[in-house]
Amino acid sequence: MSENSLAIRKFSDLANPTRFLALADRILPWLAALAALFFAAGLWLSFTTEGDYQQGETVRIMYVHVPSAWLSMMCYTVMAISALGTLVWRHPLADVSAKSAAPIGASFTFLALVTGSFWGKPMWGTWWVWDARLTSVFVLFLMYLGLIALNRAMEDPARSARVSAVLILVGFVNIPIIKFSVEWWNTLHQPASVMRLDGPTIDPEFLRPLLVMAVAFTLLFFTLHIAAMRNEIWRRRVTSLRRQAARHAGRETLAP
Amino acid sequence: MMSHAAYVIASYAVAAVTVAALVAWVVGDGRARQRELRALEAAGIRRRSAEAPSGEGK
Repeated sequence: MSENSLAIRKFSDLANPTRFLALADRILPWLAALAALFFAAGLWLSFTTEGDYQQGETVRIMYVHVPSAWLSMMCYTVMAISALGTLVWRHPLADVSAKSAAPIGASFTFLALVTGSFWGKPMWGTWWVWDARLTSVFVLFLMYLGLIALNRAMEDPARSARVSAVLILVGFVNIPIIKFSVEWWNTLHQPASVMRLDGPTIDPEFLRPLLVMAVAFTLLFFTLHIAAMRNEIWRRRVTSLRRQAARHAGRETLAP
Repeated sequence: MMSHAAYVIASYAVAAVTVAALVAWVVGDGRARQRELRALEAAGIRRRSAEAPSGEGK
């Protein structure tokens, strides 16, 4: 295969795992460096900006909590698009993408829940309430765990791909429920203050570190996701090579 | 009753540990898979597509 044919010219070229691996090798160092840079700036802003007059120092928890919560939903959306890729276009990398995103999504959802608790205790006076927002995010966390368990339970990726894709799409109904839960129901969790049609309602002093941290978390997500996809492609290659070797060994013993 | 700073530190600590674990898992998994691929290569087992350039071996 000549070096030239590995170039990615259109989106469908990504369907070739070898091309994807070549692209991943090229962009991962840059993506990781960019994420580190944004994290450095974000963390610096998080601890140098002023505290809130009501929340005090605890406002700094928001700079981790809000990006984690955004990512928990974005990751599931990436998985839902991948599930469509599996079912509609039969894109060979779609299942790899959905499968490798699940543990990352679960981690960020866990972070959103835990940091939310650490904010809730001093500010609301409770670690947890079963209001619509908290409950729906907890359900999202359970869905991630369920999908990870499903992927592990089925050895053959060709079989698990369609099942988990259907399950991911069914579970996607939870994402708008999470987003709009604070408007549809009377929740202890506050309504949206950044992603609003009429613009953010929080002070630039808090918005700046929040947005920088959000970019940092998003870059981290894509770095991890691409690296995890690369791992999954390698894993599948190892499996198929071992199968190939076993077949070969069988043939040799049969024909002396 | 913990001070506010304790809650902030706890949040950032949990975040740091979670992200570190995630990065360690992805990097470790990648290294282990590459080791396996190198071992297979050393044993003379190659992907069919590496010999015949058309198509991706399943």
